[in-house]
Amino acid sequence: MELLVASAIGILTAAGLYLVLRLRTFPVIMGVSLLTYAVNVFLFASGRLTIGASPILIKGVETYTDPLPQALVLTAIVISFGMTAVIVMIALGAYLGSDDDHVDDPAEPAAEEAQ
Amino acid sequence: MTHWIILPVVLPAILAPFIVLAARYHIGIQRVFSVAGVLALIAITAGLAWEASDGTVMLYRLSDWAAPFGIVVVGDRLSTLMVLLTSVLAFFVLLYAIGSGWDDRGRHFHALFQFQLMGIMGAFLTGDLFNLFVFFEVLLIASYGLMIHSGGNERLRAGVQYVLYNLLGSTLFLFALGAIYAETGTLNMADLSQRVALIDPGASVGIRIASVLLLLVFAIKAALVPLHFWLPSSYAEAPAPVAALFAIMTKVGAYAIIRVYTMIFPPDLEVTAGLHGLWLLPAALISLAIGMVGVLAARKLDRLVAFAVIGSMGMVMVAISMFTPVSIAAALYYIVHSTLAAAALFLIVDLTRAGRDSLHLRALPPVSGAALTAALYFTGAIAMTGLPPLSGFVGKLLILDAAFTSPLVVWTWGIVLSASLISVVGFARAGSTVFWKSVSIERPASEPQAPRPAALSYVAVGGLLSLLIAHTVFAGQVHQYMGKMATQLFAPDRYVSTVLDTPGKLSNGKKEAH
Repeated sequence: MELLVASAIGILTAAGLYLVLRLRTFPVIMGVSLLTYAVNVFLFASGRLTIGASPILIKGVETYTDPLPQALVLTAIVISFGMTAVIVMIALGAYLGSDDDHVDDPAEPAAEEAQ
Repeated sequence: MTHWIILPVVLPAILAPFIVLAARYHIGIQRVFSVAGVLALIAITAGLAWEASDGTVMLYRLSDWAAPFGIVVVGDRLSTLMVLLTSVLAFFVLLYAIGSGWDDRGRHFHALFQFQLMGIMGAFLTGDLFNLFVFFEVLLIASYGLMIHSGGNERLRAGVQYVLYNLLGSTLFLFALGAIYAETGTLNMADLSQRVALIDPGASVGIRIASVLLLLVFAIKAALVPLHFWLPSSYAEAPAPVAALFAIMTKVGAYAIIRVYTMIFPPDLEVTAGLHGLWLLPAALISLAIGMVGVLAARKLDRLVAFAVIGSMGMVMVAISMFTPVSIAAALYYIVHSTLAAAALFLIVDLTRAGRDSLHLRALPPVSGAALTAALYFTGAIAMTGLPPLSGFVGKLLILDAAFTSPLVVWTWGIVLSASLISVVGFARAGSTVFWKSVSIERPASEPQAPRPAALSYVAVGGLLSLLIAHTVFAGQVHQYMGKMATQLFAPDRYVSTVLDTPGKLSNGKKEAH
């Protein structure tokens, strides 16, 4: 199971990074979403992988899973979801305003203002 | 247990929704509440700084849960100084935003401003790494709104870049936190400082990776080369008061590096030996050089100041990366100076917009109120480039003095001094083009003279510059206090014992969680 989770995180991260480097807003946002999925699974795994164990104290139960990463993941999911919504709105605004969805600076002012 | 220390977070958190809900359409009422809130913040943070000045470590446990389990808010000399600096800066920036009418050019400026303050205050005060992440996100999400305040295509594009860069930074932060938690089983800073010291140097792979990941995250915030690419366009395109407030945001990164790498991963720790101690100083020197060369190469006034911010962050990081009490004291002195100077310069750049349709460095007819604006510009430029008599000079001397113990002392002296020279040339060239050459150019009769900037704008800029002058005049006392602060940072026993040993709920059954 460790191998499966670890390779899933690795593949998600690699795909996310590849998409982030595409320089168009849609693939970049998809890439950022994949990265946040990867980090959520990673956070979840940081409390060790256990199957069927309870996170809260119950009488007569011996094996527990760490509840803290679950709380951290919940926070991280909410934050990344909100951030993705914000970036979608801002990117949409930029696209509708300038009719161009490139993330990097346009070529013409870049030549004029390049430092 | 004093409750005052949580107020810098709670007050803006209440004020912001109140402004949105109750004063949505009344800019006057929004202004009144915003200014009153910031004034109250100054009073509270000044009180906190006063209380912490004798070395007391203030602790606030949320819901009274004992430390490694509950969330703690901690105020020591460093945290309280940074919150005081934030609230004072916020006051003048707010005055400028009101005076120049920037807050009326879009919706919800004041609410976002308060949320931004909440995030910054929380990041300085928290004693928990995950909580630091949460407050980073609070300040970032407010800054996304502020950054694109009043819209425009250029600004939206810069906003997209800024948000994406910071989203990647946040993802990296979470990876670092996950790795640290997997290695140590805690995210409380005081608890971490004890547990990291117990890690066997033979099995240090995980914690070394975590330590470097965390450093990368903070270096993104501090705009350290080669992670600085988000800064120039976003600071240049952001509305002027927002850019001025952002001057404290790069310092959040610097603060986090000081805090984490003196307490959790101190320089003499064996597990992380040869990581940041080795690589941070060269990176800082390169960012100082690139920032100041950028100042010389910039073709627009706002980009010039943005690169000056990178350069001055490089200077701060040069001092931090030596990790001695003397150099940290010098860094702290320079942090206060560089925050005030950068904020003042961003506001002055906005003053030159009165009667100038472009910020490109070419001679145009004189701006309105040119004499006063030019005087302010040259004062700000003297401060930023570190010429005598202002505090930049004192700060630079302190940093150069601290560099004697470093193995890279020749490189440090050489780069700091030549970068200063380059930045002097850059600022002088820009200033003479914008203010002096323009005197000989007649304004076309068809163009009416633009009105002078409002008096309140000048008051705000003058206030920031007079704080810089006070920072210079009282340099002796301030530096002495920074020295005490650095001593406290390098002897974190009191911090750790205050956080971990103060009893609260659950502290009787204080067993290891795993």
